[in-house]
Formats: sequence, C-alpha cells, structure tokens
Amino acid sequence: MKTEILDSVESKSLKKKVPYFEIGDTVDVHCKIQEGNKTRVQVFTGTVIARKGRGMSETFTVRRVVADEGVERIFPLHSPNVLDVRPVRSGKARRAKLYYLRKRSGKGVKLSQRHSEHTVIK
Amino acid sequence: MVMLLGKKIGMTRIYDESGKITPVTVIQAGPCTVMQLKTDKSDGYSAIQLGYGDVKRSGVNKPASGHADKAKTSPRKFVREMRLDNSNQTQYKAGDEISVSAFSNVKFVDVSGTSKGKGFSGVMKRHGFGGFPASHGTERKHRAPGSISSYASDAGHGGHPKKGKKMAGRMGGVRVTTKNHRLVSIDEQKSLLIVKGAVAGPSGGYVEIRSSKTEG
Repeated sequence: MKTEILDSVESKSLKKKVPYFEIGDTVDVHCKIQEGNKTRVQVFTGTVIARKGRGMSETFTVRRVVADEGVERIFPLHSPNVLDVRPVRSGKARRAKLYYLRKRSGKGVKLSQRHSEHTVIK
Repeated sequence: MVMLLGKKIGMTRIYDESGKITPVTVIQAGPCTVMQLKTDKSDGYSAIQLGYGDVKRSGVNKPASGHADKAKTSPRKFVREMRLDNSNQTQYKAGDEISVSAFSNVKFVDVSGTSKGKGFSGVMKRHGFGGFPASHGTERKHRAPGSISSYASDAGHGGHPKKGKKMAGRMGGVRVTTKNHRLVSIDEQKSLLIVKGAVAGPSGGYVEIRSSKTEG
C-alpha cells in the first residue's frame, strides 16, 4: 500500500509520453539550457550506456567521445529540462550496463546495429 | 500550533518548472481523533491527546479500550499529546477529527520520529570520529577511538574516563526531531503531507508533524 501511495504522488508529475530507446542506442538528447534570461535547446548525442532508478528518479547515462576524451552525462528521464530523446541509430547490447565501453577507444566503441527496426515512440 | 500524527510513506523527488529537483518525503497524516482533553484543573497542564491508526479492539487491553469509549471512538495505535495554551482549548472536544486541512496555512513543519536502529556501533559511525590511517604501520587500530583518558584525567585519584565520553554503543532507535521542513504540498483527499527533505525512521514508521515555531 505504501508504494501505491508513492506511485500516486509521482504519477501526477511523471511524463505522459516517455521516449522509447534501448541500452546501446545512439540518441539525440534535447535539453533546455538557461543562459542568463534566455533559454535554448542543446542537443547531446551519444550512446546510452545505462538506465537506473524507477519512477521519478529514473535516469539514463549517455556517453560520447569528444576529441579522444570520453564525456558522460546523466539525465533525469522525467526532468522538464529533458525535452526529447530521439534514437538515431540502434545498437546491439547484450547487457544492461555498457560500462565496458569506457575502457575502449576508437572503433571499439561502436556497437553493431540491431536487425529489428525501432518502434520509435511507444 | 497545529499537530498531526501520521505514517512515513517514503521518499521521492519533484521537479519545478525550471527542472530543479526537490527531494521530498511523503507522509500520510491523519485524520486524527481527539481522544482526551487535558486541562490545568484536572491534569496540571493543558493539552489534547491525539490518536492515529486503527487497531482491533481484541488487540488492546480494557483500559485502552475504555479510554477510547470515553471519546466515543475506537482504540488507536499511535497516541500522542499536543500541548495547548489555555485559551485555545475551547476549540477542541473529545471525539473531534483533525485532518490535513489544519495545515493549509502552514509553510514549515517539524517532524519527529523514531530513527532506524543501527545496533552496537563503533565511534566512527556513531560519533563521526576520524579513526586511524589505513596504512603507514597502523595495526588493528583502524577504527579505534584512541585514548579515552589518562592517569591525570581525574587529578589525584587515578585515571577514569570523563562522564559522557563518546564511546561505542547502541545507536539509533531514538526519537529524532528534524526542524523546518518546507511543506511542499497537501493532498486533502488522500490525507498526504509532502515535506522537503528526509524524516527520521523507516518507511511505515509513525511520526508526529507539528507546525514550526520559527518560520524557515
């Protein structure tokens, strides 16, 4: 019953449409950025290497390599600042957490594509 | 002052429009029943006794059952008192119900609960001592408290540790009050109070919620 009450509290502020993507996919994350009093949309592109938490606390980690330096950003899935997550390339992953990509460089970071096509938005 | 009894449901987070995260605790508070009025005349102080949570009549003894009968209500699991000024007492009578709507004008609350028991804990966990280095020749003393007294610490009478010396021992399972939680929102239908920050005790633990004496 406790979790039921918690879920009902969370359900009001959860996103109605959660973008569909899988671990290993390359995604464009559109996030809102405040600069002074101007807001603009920044796109962060990279591979989804982890999804953690449940409900309001769910987050996902996106990794990309910029100039031979790995960059990872953790986004809260239900944050109003994360406007959209668009999968641009599917990636075949055999585990839920792709932390092994951190040790790889160059061609090794690339995951082979899944054969089945995306059902893009649930 | 307003006070309610309730049950900690658990923690979650909420986002404001700018995407800022606030960690919140959800508390199911009330409705509480006024079980008894205590007055200066009869008890030497004035207060009202609140009761929360149903319990089967077969589960309580006769005095507790009879006590509930006096207020024309059923026995309650969690019973606590709220002190009052003499002048405020007339607004309550035994058998009254107090719901979360009593908090509608309140901005900050204090919450008391019984903290989670940690068992017999060492000084590092219990009192935040620093311990000893992991290496550089330290042997079998990594989490030790260090010296607790010396021969001179009780001048002339041989050494004794000072009274109240912080040492290892039972930790947790005591009443803890956390003050000035911002009251984020109230759900009157489900009798929920949502307060900012963490509250003592496990999810499902009983808590007292009082309006803060100091604002913010």
